[in-house]
Amino acid sequence: MTMTTGVRTGRISPIRLLKQFGPLLFLFALMLVFALTNEAFLTQLNLFNVARQISITGLIALGMTFVILTAGIDLSVGALLAFCGMVAAVVAKGTTANTLSLGTTEASGWGWSAALFAAVLVGTVAGAIQGGLITLLKVPPFVVTLGGLTVFRGFTLMLSGGGPISGFSAEMRWFGTGLVGPVPVPVIIFVFAALLCHIVLRYTRFGREVYAVGGNAEAARLSGIRVDRVLVAVYMIVGFFCGLAAFVLAARLNSAEAVAGIGYELTVISAVVIGGTSLFGGIGSIGGTVVGAALIGVLVNGLQLNNVSSYTQQVTIGLILIAAVAFDRWLKTRSSG
Amino acid sequence: MDGASPAVHPTFPLLEVVGVSKQFAGVAALDDVSLDVRPGEILGLLGENGAGKSTLLKILSGAQPASGGRILLGGAPYQPANPEAARLAGIVTIYQELSLIPTLSVAENIFLGRAPVNGLRLVDWPRMRREARGILSRVGLSLDPDTPVSALSVAEQQLVEIARALSLQSRLIIMDEPTSALTGSEVRRLFGIMHKLRDEGVAIMFVTHRLEEASEMCDRMTVLRDGRLAGHLLREDGPIPVPRIIERMVGRAASELYARPTGTVGSGPVRLSVRGLRTVRAADAPHAIVLDGVDLDLRGGEILGVAGLVGSGRTELARAIFGADPIAAGTITLDGKPVRPGSPAGARDLGIGLVPEDRKQQAIFPMLSIRENFTSASLDLYSGPLGFLASGRELADLAQYRNAMSIRMASPDQSIDGLSGGNQQKVILARWLARDPKVLIVDEPTRGVDVGAKAEVHQILVQLAARGIAVMMISSELPEVLSVSDRIITMRHGRITGEMPAVAATEQRLMTLMALEQPPGDRA
Repeated sequence: MTMTTGVRTGRISPIRLLKQFGPLLFLFALMLVFALTNEAFLTQLNLFNVARQISITGLIALGMTFVILTAGIDLSVGALLAFCGMVAAVVAKGTTANTLSLGTTEASGWGWSAALFAAVLVGTVAGAIQGGLITLLKVPPFVVTLGGLTVFRGFTLMLSGGGPISGFSAEMRWFGTGLVGPVPVPVIIFVFAALLCHIVLRYTRFGREVYAVGGNAEAARLSGIRVDRVLVAVYMIVGFFCGLAAFVLAARLNSAEAVAGIGYELTVISAVVIGGTSLFGGIGSIGGTVVGAALIGVLVNGLQLNNVSSYTQQVTIGLILIAAVAFDRWLKTRSSG
Repeated sequence: MDGASPAVHPTFPLLEVVGVSKQFAGVAALDDVSLDVRPGEILGLLGENGAGKSTLLKILSGAQPASGGRILLGGAPYQPANPEAARLAGIVTIYQELSLIPTLSVAENIFLGRAPVNGLRLVDWPRMRREARGILSRVGLSLDPDTPVSALSVAEQQLVEIARALSLQSRLIIMDEPTSALTGSEVRRLFGIMHKLRDEGVAIMFVTHRLEEASEMCDRMTVLRDGRLAGHLLREDGPIPVPRIIERMVGRAASELYARPTGTVGSGPVRLSVRGLRTVRAADAPHAIVLDGVDLDLRGGEILGVAGLVGSGRTELARAIFGADPIAAGTITLDGKPVRPGSPAGARDLGIGLVPEDRKQQAIFPMLSIRENFTSASLDLYSGPLGFLASGRELADLAQYRNAMSIRMASPDQSIDGLSGGNQQKVILARWLARDPKVLIVDEPTRGVDVGAKAEVHQILVQLAARGIAVMMISSELPEVLSVSDRIITMRHGRITGEMPAVAATEQRLMTLMALEQPPGDRA
């Protein structure tokens, strides 16, 4: 009658610990190495600098985590970031004219709040459209967002005529360059957003539905979960974060560039995957993504401080991405029985 | 590993497994198991889920190494590093999930990776087709070798796999649950081929849950229980009796296996009423089964057994009522009100639940915890207006079901993947009970569930009916249908072919209604 073999107890093994905290341990190890090799690394100034650098891609990576948890992908984020940034700039300045004259404040614009609202709205709507195409037409996310990448970049160039739109009000620039005490504003926004996403994923019905859809879409449907709605929602979330990140980036650079965000999709996806989220869906966490984003940021910063060329940096990040996933696979083969 | 196989005298074992053990993280999945297989015999390998059968298969097929013991093949040590090595040594395993490549032709699949070549080192297509045809005829298939595998039925694909094994000069063919997806006549055909191969001197290891089939086919049996050897059984004058197999498997008398029928036939009012239900034939699945006008009534407090072979439309009926597949025509009435579920979410909100046929593909979230699997269908009931989950209530309710259904698990946050099939199924049942449904449809509730847990699942279904829930139980195991149901309907070709109270039903009568051609007027 007793079938004790069927029950595997939840023992704590080194493999389990590695599985859970592997990326974090790796981050600490990396920081230790850089702290020992360069005295400029472990300073408050430098660490906040790194944090500010990762907050832009980090914001998008939060949204991307939702998407990848459903076994989807969004390749359009870099282009959407540029488009949202350009929309924010146009709304802030009230003109689509290229202006390189830094310092000119918007005369006929609608102010930073309207710019923020417009960027976030455009991002969310763009996400809704892509999500709608994925669910209604059953086109794979890879294809829809690959198309979206080109479309949004094209829109951006059409809107701006190819050049940047620069010169925002001091209020708007505060979101990119301001400090609260020693902490840069973008970092505060990122940390706040990350906490919010963590709570949503971990403690709400919607979060459960995201994991369920990614874990087994058919089982989710047969549990009465409205899979299509969940999918549209995750693409809206990543779109929302593209808009928010675009606003912060424009504010930081005091300029919206038509070529902004090129290649960001790869950095963002790398951060999510290095953070332990499975590209096959159902496994992953916001905490992991934050660590993944920090890992890439620290790596780039530390290599820069040690005068490693940007070419070598690229090679290193690529190799780490592969190593992270390979390590993950290896752990899986070790622990499954 | 050269091609020359050592000559094996028929009375000597082809394969000897001596004291083999396998540990996973300190837990013994196999403990000191010994068995042997001789050329020209069918050896049954039996045991409940978790008994160690699949672990042993993995070791023999080279998917995993053993932790201890030794294995001899034709007298020489056998330690395959990978499945390819096992194949080259002459041991081929045919799994439930077939391993053919659907887009390639039958001939290409048979000669995958070793196509015959001509003088220019190009594929010699005429020779490949000719040889494929010859091998196919050995397994009784007379199809065009150029047919893509995707166009074949599951039974035909299985025979192609066997043909491939034969073309590899295999000396031992291991079949893992080969009959689970076959109809009655397909099973007969497979058994014919197995007998033929045995008489040609091939050794066959037959792994199955279907004890009647094992009894009929096997010359000898090795029974495992909890990772240990529970005994060897030998065919003497007649087939090995099923009760003797069950005794070995569970270590108790077989009469305890099934719940008794309640005998209260159709006591409650009609809850679910279906009239003239038809489904559409999808353009991309021209061979799929469609419902062809189904009428049925389901009463509160009864268990309606639905008996039918694979392809009879029994699963399609469940899916249509649950809103998982579109309906072309017909009405569904729930508690007197016409309803049209439209989607599983809609059906769920109306009070209909479905425990699907294929637990792994359609029910469980393998990487999620037991708790998350438990509440996946009732997140609306466990969340407040802001969408936050009532985690405490969730755990408390799960703890109740855990006690009531004796779900054996270590912790609610344990991955459901680590549970046995029976315990997984109980979690899926609890998933729906948490909604207190009006109608619960269970499709093959005990598939892949070990014998001990089967009776528990049956007990749970009987208790649910006693609570007034209308239970519809689809099953291909007639003893299960006969003993658990209050009333039974049979299906064939998307239609209902018979209805009777369970007390008036016999296996023969049901099988006749399920399987036999009807008089003219009934289309084939």
